[in-house]
Amino acid sequence: MGSSHLRPPTAMAIRARLGFVILLLLFFSATLSAALYEDQVGLADWHHKYIGKVKHAVFHTQKTGRKRVVVSTEENVVASLDLRTGFIFWRNVLGKNDDIDQVDIALGKYVVTLSSGGSILRAWNLPDGQMIWESTLPVSTPSKSSLYVPANINVGKDNLILVFGGSSIHALSSMDGQIVWRKELSIDSLEIQQIFQPHDSDVINAVGFVGSSEFVVYHISYRTGEVMQQSKASFESGFCGEASLVFDNLVVALDASKSSLVSISFKNEVINFHQINLSDLVPDFSGKVTLLPLKFNGMLAIEIASSIHLLRVKGANELEFVEKISHPFAVSDALPLSKEQQAFAILQHEESKIHFKVKSDNDLRNEILKETIQMDSHRGNIEKVFINNYIRTDRTHGFRFLVVMEDHSLLLIQQGEIVWTREDGLASIVDSTTSELPVEKEGVSVAEVEHNLFEWLKGHLLKLKGTLMLASPDEVAAIQAIRLKSSEKNKMTRDHNGFRKLIIVLTRAGKVLALHTGDGRVVWSVLLPALRRSETCGNPFALRVYQWQVPHHHAMHENPSVLVVGRCGHGFDAPGIFSIVDSYTGKVQNSLMLEHSVSHIMPLPLTDSTEQRLHLIIDAKLQAHLYPKNSDSLKHFFNEMPNIYWYLVEVEKNKIRGYSLENKAELDTAEEYVFQAKELWSIVFPSESEKIAVTATRKMNEIVHTQAKVVADQDVMYKYISKNILFVATVAPKAAGEIGSATPEEALLYAYLIDTVSGRILHRVCHQGAQGPVHAVVSENWVVYHYFNLRAHRYEMSVIEIYDQSRADNKDVWKLVLGKHNLTVPVSSYSRPDVMVKSQSYFFTHSVKSMAVTATAKGITSKQLLIGTIGDQVLALDKRFLDPRRSVNPTQSEKEEGIIPLTDSLPIVPQSYITHSLQVEGLRSMVTIPAKLESTTLVFSYGVDLFFTRIAPSRTYDSLTEDFSYALLLITIVVLVAAIFVTWALSEKKELKEKWR
Amino acid sequence: MEKGKGLARRWAVEFAENSYSSSPVDVPDPMGFSRSSSDPDDANASRQKKEAEAAWKAQKAWEVAQAPVKNLLMMGFMMWMAGSTVHLFSIGITFSALWQPISALQGVGKVFEPYKDPRVDTLAPKLLFIALNLAGLVLGIWKLNTLGLLPTHASDWVSSLPPASEVEYAGGGLPVH
Repeated sequence: MGSSHLRPPTAMAIRARLGFVILLLLFFSATLSAALYEDQVGLADWHHKYIGKVKHAVFHTQKTGRKRVVVSTEENVVASLDLRTGFIFWRNVLGKNDDIDQVDIALGKYVVTLSSGGSILRAWNLPDGQMIWESTLPVSTPSKSSLYVPANINVGKDNLILVFGGSSIHALSSMDGQIVWRKELSIDSLEIQQIFQPHDSDVINAVGFVGSSEFVVYHISYRTGEVMQQSKASFESGFCGEASLVFDNLVVALDASKSSLVSISFKNEVINFHQINLSDLVPDFSGKVTLLPLKFNGMLAIEIASSIHLLRVKGANELEFVEKISHPFAVSDALPLSKEQQAFAILQHEESKIHFKVKSDNDLRNEILKETIQMDSHRGNIEKVFINNYIRTDRTHGFRFLVVMEDHSLLLIQQGEIVWTREDGLASIVDSTTSELPVEKEGVSVAEVEHNLFEWLKGHLLKLKGTLMLASPDEVAAIQAIRLKSSEKNKMTRDHNGFRKLIIVLTRAGKVLALHTGDGRVVWSVLLPALRRSETCGNPFALRVYQWQVPHHHAMHENPSVLVVGRCGHGFDAPGIFSIVDSYTGKVQNSLMLEHSVSHIMPLPLTDSTEQRLHLIIDAKLQAHLYPKNSDSLKHFFNEMPNIYWYLVEVEKNKIRGYSLENKAELDTAEEYVFQAKELWSIVFPSESEKIAVTATRKMNEIVHTQAKVVADQDVMYKYISKNILFVATVAPKAAGEIGSATPEEALLYAYLIDTVSGRILHRVCHQGAQGPVHAVVSENWVVYHYFNLRAHRYEMSVIEIYDQSRADNKDVWKLVLGKHNLTVPVSSYSRPDVMVKSQSYFFTHSVKSMAVTATAKGITSKQLLIGTIGDQVLALDKRFLDPRRSVNPTQSEKEEGIIPLTDSLPIVPQSYITHSLQVEGLRSMVTIPAKLESTTLVFSYGVDLFFTRIAPSRTYDSLTEDFSYALLLITIVVLVAAIFVTWALSEKKELKEKWR
Repeated sequence: MEKGKGLARRWAVEFAENSYSSSPVDVPDPMGFSRSSSDPDDANASRQKKEAEAAWKAQKAWEVAQAPVKNLLMMGFMMWMAGSTVHLFSIGITFSALWQPISALQGVGKVFEPYKDPRVDTLAPKLLFIALNLAGLVLGIWKLNTLGLLPTHASDWVSSLPPASEVEYAGGGLPVH
């Protein structure tokens, strides 16, 4: 770059070079702006690690070494947690589709995980989580599969790990993961239920069902996989597929009608069935029956109508009802205490109390342990429990309980106390929004905003004690916590720069949590009652969270609130759920079951007189419902109704349809708030050549500072700024699969820009040989999208900028000075402005998980694209690199404008990773929130982990850096003022002398 | 400036001492001194002296009036050296180029005060002085324009305009799931 400017040193060249050097300086300072020094890590950012809802847990509490529990979760994480503190020793996040089926510990040093429907087995080193080996099992169809790791560890002997699923059994060496033998039990529709190994034998038994009526038992050699014995018998009324192994030679199964139990005893190739009616066993039997997979000697647990019944198996045809435990409850797996004794735990909820009972198989009627603890109501019911025992000093058994709650949090309970808690619901955030903190009022101390008076007094007393050196270690810790809380970045009040906010997140469990942007702590949390499983709503799930009320001018005394929208069931026609939550306290203000379904939620740019935002909910029948339901909002809405449109993207039908609203209902009826859709336009993509891959729109709250783009030589281009631009990318159906599934000739990618009011296609472009996955982001007047170029074998990023040609004539300075122009006149989409499009494509090295763009308070600061990379990091890329006007040899004026010379690929500067050395595991989304300081954007990215930071795309040009020396500035000012006075006095004196001369 | 003023005053004071017009009236002339009976030779000499002084004054005034030319040339060179990009150096030069003529124009009267004389016509030099300074000002403004600091383009007026609001609002998209 520099060599092209080595001309003879004439004045012209000096001039040019001077400008160039300044440009270069600017360029470097801009690229370095996102970088941090090592000691700045953690000042403005925080990173929290989570694991998700625990599915399986295996304790590792040998006497030597650290006590730990290995867990696998629904977020496909396998992790080792410290049993004392709950901290993560190590953690491995598997791929998105690599569901963990089971986890176990082999040889006492490896953690073995079975995933992807029983097809991948991996071993991880127990102390540090390094992968030891991985083996892929040839499983024809992924099915329910299980892992069997022999418990009797004979050190030195290579233990085999058995994986069974469908009709095949694999035995793998636990040392290196080699498949030692494989047995395909060549019977169609065989479903192996259980594998077990009788004590001290080299034979394993596999029991299963063939079809729905036949029961099979195999005796297989553990070493070679040879079938030593095989027996079969059929039962005429059939099985439903659930079975529980009660003894080594007795299985209890449910029959096809689910009304009776069948005990199946097998011994030496003889299989006997014995049917027992459930109604004979269980008093007042009715409802749905399921067998709980409780591997417990001589006992059976069945769930009937959401209460649990324990049955004791005395013999092949003798069952006895023991106990009924009503909902809500949780039952643990069996835990061997000694060779003969087993124990299991039953947990039962009673309002805010949880009763823990541990029973052993010696005496089912009585409990070994009985404890009760108090539990916060905002954690919901217990979902799962895992138990572990330890020997107390008096040689009795003590128990630990690892409890998974309804909000996906994880607790360890020991001796009737909660030892630690992990808020792992935060690993599955569904949606998020932000809220401002309360204003720090003059005369009202911060403490009063935060707590009540008592707390405040207590805090001051503590501090006093601390200064008088009277505080105990606990109190010192409390003082530290208070200090941390009241330190500048963690205060519970609004700050001048707008850095302190609440991030309100909605998790999959239906819990709403408010996180403080200062350190990411949970300010409040609430498990929404409306989103909990209940009689009326069996399968609720959380959809979105929106800002409901943001008081500005009116209703100032009210707290802001958020709207949580859920749905009762998975179908699109399932009824919706509304919940309004106070943003400051987490109190549920209102909660209602809607009578209609929720398929679209449209926050409108209107508020009613109490500043509640108007929302239109569109149901599956294409009716629009207005919320909040009051006459005031209706009045506001009617004013704007002719200008409100909506559109529907139907991916299955390859169609986009646009609608307007009309109200047919009489006034003062319940139907008043319901509006009908009137179809205006539709765009049908030809299904043989195109398939909708992705759509993207501008963020509703994005602020654009100016409509003009000043290009080289002070020329003006008018941006086409419309909130109603929809970007749609379609791919050829043949190339809709994974990369490599189609040839470049078959692959096509079309990019559309559509006006969603009139349905006008503003621009359409075709990329030959390109295919998905497509990621797109729309902002101001541009779209950036990312896709794969099959011809170049590289990822590409394209930019489309759209300009308004109909305003391009507004170039007369005098008319502009005098205000005789039409640039601020409201624009209608029906005026069909002429548009001009500029676009360019660049290669990009990374594949992308998600994309976002920075947003600032006034939209003046230049933009950066945030790219969630495949390595779960967030990369900030200047929009300047994605400028369609880049050319190979920019002119002098273009260089001055900041246009970078054209390169074929986009640079990835290592310093511009805003996550620096951290990884946001399982990254799903990035949210940008404008701070009050124009130069700064807050970035919240979430996946399994949470990461928050603030970035300044053009550096913090509007504030001094934090390490700015105010003292030096003050001293300089003081010295200067003093110098002025001294010199003034001296000059006065001198002048006087002159006059006397 | 300050020094020049002081000099002029002292100089004027000396002249006033010898001047006939401003002699104190209340003090009587000494005995035998007749103001009217001055020597004609002496009077001639003083007239000649006054004429020479007037000529010198006019010459000086013209010199002062032409002084901005040098300034102008130097400024032009400096501006050319500074280039057309906006940075500290070019801005400093441009503003000094603007400030110098303005301050000079403000002090026109003071600059020519020492050469005030009933027999000297200071109007022409004054006009030249003003014209040259105006030329300097124009040069400065031209420089300001080349730096792009004058709002002479449409872009300067449009950038501050907010984007036009939209009449319609459309929402929707993919069904939420």
